[in-house]
Amino acid sequence: MKFAGTESYVASDDLRVAVNASIALQRPLLIKGEPGTGKTVLAHEVAKAIGAPLIEWHIKSTTKAQQGLYEYDAVSRLRDSQLGDERVKDIAHYIKRGKLWDAFTSDQRPVLLIDEIDKADIEFPNDLLLELDRMEFYVYETQEVVKAVQRPIVMITSNNEKELPDAFLRRCFFHYIRFPDREIMTQIVDVHFPDLQRNLLREALNVFYDIRDVPGLKKKPSTSELLDWLKLLMVEDMSPDALRSKDSKQLIPPLHGALLKNEQDVHLFERLAFMARREQRQ
Amino acid sequence: MFTNFFLELRQAKVPVSIKEYLALMEGMDKHVADYSIDDFYYLSRAILVKDERNLDKFDKVFGHVFKGLEALPAEGTTAEIPEEWLRKLAEKLLTDEEKAQIEAMGGWEKLMETLKKRLEEQQKRHQGGSKWIGTAGTSPFGAYGFNPEGVRIGQDKNREGRAVKVWDKREYKNLDDTVEIGTRNIKIALRRLRKFAREGAEVELDMPDTIRSTARNAGYLDIKMVAERRNKVKCLLLFDIGGSMDAHIRVCEELFSAARSEFKHLEFFYFHNCLYEKLWKDNRRRHVDTYSTAQLMHTFPPDYKIIFVGDASMSPYEIAYPGGSVEHWNEEAGQIWIQRMADTYRSMVWLNPVPERHWSYTPSIQLLQQLSSNRMFPLTLGGLDSAMKELNK
Repeated sequence: MKFAGTESYVASDDLRVAVNASIALQRPLLIKGEPGTGKTVLAHEVAKAIGAPLIEWHIKSTTKAQQGLYEYDAVSRLRDSQLGDERVKDIAHYIKRGKLWDAFTSDQRPVLLIDEIDKADIEFPNDLLLELDRMEFYVYETQEVVKAVQRPIVMITSNNEKELPDAFLRRCFFHYIRFPDREIMTQIVDVHFPDLQRNLLREALNVFYDIRDVPGLKKKPSTSELLDWLKLLMVEDMSPDALRSKDSKQLIPPLHGALLKNEQDVHLFERLAFMARREQRQ
Repeated sequence: MFTNFFLELRQAKVPVSIKEYLALMEGMDKHVADYSIDDFYYLSRAILVKDERNLDKFDKVFGHVFKGLEALPAEGTTAEIPEEWLRKLAEKLLTDEEKAQIEAMGGWEKLMETLKKRLEEQQKRHQGGSKWIGTAGTSPFGAYGFNPEGVRIGQDKNREGRAVKVWDKREYKNLDDTVEIGTRNIKIALRRLRKFAREGAEVELDMPDTIRSTARNAGYLDIKMVAERRNKVKCLLLFDIGGSMDAHIRVCEELFSAARSEFKHLEFFYFHNCLYEKLWKDNRRRHVDTYSTAQLMHTFPPDYKIIFVGDASMSPYEIAYPGGSVEHWNEEAGQIWIQRMADTYRSMVWLNPVPERHWSYTPSIQLLQQLSSNRMFPLTLGGLDSAMKELNK
């Protein structure tokens, strides 16, 4: 089981090694990086590449670690007991399995994605230490131990909104996805839009990296935004000339809504465009 | 050789433990790295480094151990010039005369050499002028200026070429946590300061109460809900503004905007140099709309956390004597007011944008350090972190 990127995902060398190490050594892999650089997509692609089922656990600010293991639905058991339902005698009926349980008992070695772990409460990672380390947990209500048949491939993504505890980090491998440079970006775009015109791509990448270089942007456009924008450009059948705006009147790129997600950024960009035009007139 | 590598990593303050070292050995044993030095580098990086802030230190140690590169300088390493410095202002055009001068300065190699030297000397951000590295000046180093042989720093320089060894490129440099901070990182640091309390709409099931009232209800289910827990920390930010603080305006703005979005109960006031009997909220109307410090201490209850932000660099008289203020005649000395704040509020810290190693040279910083009973922290990520821990006590 070796991961070497897929048809729809360009993995750099370091990312490849990190993924393979985490598969071979059966440790969770923690992925960080700018938003939109393909952290979540990675888990999907790894699952696809090695033909493993993918189990996704999306974390929200209210998610508790226990929910990943199991939940005991006491309320419906109480209600059932009042209605005289027979099911009430067996507590196992009221244990709802969580994503980790599913992953541990899966027939085939699955890929478990714990998405955006930093969104949860600060104690969340600490509550999962033992479970991720030994890949087992204890169900108090039924007094059974759930143990992983095969250790799932665990991928954890983080947007760095919270610092993760050291004890948790010790148990993970770590990879930081850098923002791709032009060369890799061209490969990535190739993979997604194989029949995009060469010159359109070149102009679009020029505009894209120019925008990323604009000082003071609140949110720099990232890979996923570039892909969206290219899709729009293709749908609108934009010509490469329309993008070559360096000397033309409009400096704001067409369909900029896909790239700039913040009205302050758009204003900033318009102001720069205005200044550029004024300079030309002088 | 690997043990050596491990020990040097620990020495360079990359937090690695035996567990990770063994994992690396296990990885080697299972042929994850396949005898290629690049792969080994990637593998050890994935296993040993757990935080992007440490990637740069790791690269240096790796380069040193496996190739004999220069060792990590002990303290006060020169920080890479942040891109923003260089990106500032628009391009500046010089007169022909000046252009000629610059051209006369010497060849490419000489430029690089001088750049290296300047980088070592320079500590602060710089703009204009003709020697230091910064924006829109006539120095050959920095962006948007004019020097035909100039070195352009601050451009995108990530290249995945084979020509340079990957670890020697040290692309992760600007994420080092001793370098000045950005809002996002500040927010993370501020998040340490959280105190939860139940407030707002009742959305969670209150188990004990439900059981209690169900029992009281003769066994019929009676569900009770409670509100969700929310951050209830209350913060009062006091900024030193103007004068010597102008140099630190950027980092203060960042701290301010991060704090604003992080805390629901946040109030801020400005003062100049030292805290006296008056504060204000709007710098344009500072002489008209003032707020008395005594009133502030009565308005905000003692459970507010007080954060002073200031460089504390002034004449000691401004703190110690009545009438010491540079702006007005103050009846009572600044230190009395600071002492009153410290008496009123249990949680109080002072964040200082001046680098910690310079503190001992300025008597007023030491004075304020004493007055705040050693609760002064540098305005870096690390310092902010310890400050938040202090406030949480």
